[in-house]
Amino acid sequence: MYSLTPLELDALQLSLRVAFFAVALSVPLGIAAAWLLARCNFPGKAVFDGIVHLPLVLPPVVVGYLLLVLLGREGLIGRWLYEVFDITLAFTWQGAAIAAAVMAFPLMVRSIRLALELVDRNLEAAAFTLGAGSWNVFFSITLPLISPGILAGCLLAFARSLGEFGATITFAANIPGATQTIPLALYSVIQTPDGEFPALRLAILSVVLSFAALAVSEILARRLRTRLAG
Amino acid sequence: MLKVDVEKNLKAFHLASRFECESSGVIALFGRSGAGKSSIVNMLSGLLSPDRGHIAIRDRVLFDSDQGINVPPQKRRLGYVFQEDRLFPHLSVRGNLLYGWNRAPREDRRIQLEQVVTLLGIEPLLERRPGRLSGGEKQRVALGRALLANPSLLLMDEPLAALDQARKEDVLPFIERLRDDFEVPIIYVSHSMEEIVRLADTMVLISDGQVEAVGAVDDIMGRLDLRPLTGRYEAGAVIAAQISSHDHSFGLTELQFGGGTLRIPLLDMPTGTLLRLRIRARDVSLALRPPNDISIQNVFKATIVDIGSETGPQVDLRLDAGGAAVWARITKRALVTLKLEPGREVYAMVKAIAVDRHSLGRVTGSDRFLSGN
Repeated sequence: MYSLTPLELDALQLSLRVAFFAVALSVPLGIAAAWLLARCNFPGKAVFDGIVHLPLVLPPVVVGYLLLVLLGREGLIGRWLYEVFDITLAFTWQGAAIAAAVMAFPLMVRSIRLALELVDRNLEAAAFTLGAGSWNVFFSITLPLISPGILAGCLLAFARSLGEFGATITFAANIPGATQTIPLALYSVIQTPDGEFPALRLAILSVVLSFAALAVSEILARRLRTRLAG
Repeated sequence: MLKVDVEKNLKAFHLASRFECESSGVIALFGRSGAGKSSIVNMLSGLLSPDRGHIAIRDRVLFDSDQGINVPPQKRRLGYVFQEDRLFPHLSVRGNLLYGWNRAPREDRRIQLEQVVTLLGIEPLLERRPGRLSGGEKQRVALGRALLANPSLLLMDEPLAALDQARKEDVLPFIERLRDDFEVPIIYVSHSMEEIVRLADTMVLISDGQVEAVGAVDDIMGRLDLRPLTGRYEAGAVIAAQISSHDHSFGLTELQFGGGTLRIPLLDMPTGTLLRLRIRARDVSLALRPPNDISIQNVFKATIVDIGSETGPQVDLRLDAGGAAVWARITKRALVTLKLEPGREVYAMVKAIAVDRHSLGRVTGSDRFLSGN
């Protein structure tokens, strides 16, 4: 009763793995994109801003379809990846992680960008006068100052990845043990006869997982805040 | 030698400043708010690029538009103390102090953490975060941080402006000690004449982005033609004096200056100390004969050198008291009834308590200030 069924265990492990890699992928890219948007002026910035935010407004199925077109084995980039590196993304858990990362990306970027815009640039100027070069200033001053924003972005992206459904099922499909995360498993279970009880168990699992993520992030955020505030 | 010749179009005006002076002691950039002082310091630091010009410190060229030289701020090795403390909130006081030190070339690290911590009295604060410090403590740490980067020159942009009077009195002595103990020249931006008289040796007078005068502080303060810039309310002479004795029974200190003896409220400094002090023009009154039976403690003979041509009921007179320039502000009515004119000998009177205590500054280096102009 209190132990998880193999299907639930698979779904849980897969959900965590997909969400973890989705966050890991979108953190460095998210910082780079947020930096470009907050600090740089370049032609086509508005278009870039639009593309970054596209997954937020597009139906997830459309994002999944676009990923299939780009990264599928017959896709524009996917074919090259397959022929040169023998990498297949579509219908694999890695593909599910990429789908989740793309969907969560705007949330990550918004959170980091907001933090970047709040950084007192005077502190960076002070660091320059103390002999630190650009990268040095970034790693020793800017990054620590925006760390609460990065953490908030990570939580949002992690939660978004745990709940990702549309883009994942389109790009990575619903393969038990390979790409079937908790929401996909729940979807499958509901469609079988007598699926109400297993569905409830999966729903509870999902709630517990989300609360755990929230709690961890709250603890980390509190630590960061005291670190920054003194 | 410090050479500055910069031009830049700023929003409010066109800045075109040019001056040269010895890069030693404290060099004050003085001018009203918005005169362009901060812009000049930012150009020195490299945080702001001039449109055109040349900046060199001790033959090291930091900027030259003709040669296409623009050394980035992190390579200039100039310390910068800002108006706000700008301490890094995520680092402890120790981390802040060592930020520049860690990034200074090993062979340049003459000034060590222990020296600075002792000088500034911040030992108990080392492990704290800046968020837990008072305003005065923060600014002391900021001073230490800039100094520990072992710069070839320290830039200070109104480092006391954000502090209240009591906190200013907390921090000022540390700047004096820093000036006296370490051989780092300081460029000190301020619009407070008190701070400048107390700290600076050389003064660069700036107005609307232009340099109006460069020279020794008391020379500049003694020039009547610069009065509109040095300020009417602030008007006063800066004279140099030496402590000759203390009178503890009356709580007075006697000073010798070119014009004779000055008595001011007791100072906690050894006899022989060279001081620079400011006597405001409005605190000096004049008499034609030596006054008797009056409460004023300071009376000395002086000759009228120059009479200002102000409109309004008051007029400023420049006096020569044994080589020292002193100013007196009197009414035009007094000027006329006493028939005062240049060359006339008068007795100047200054109340002992009128001497501006906040302006007392120790004279460093030479005794050239004693000889007046």
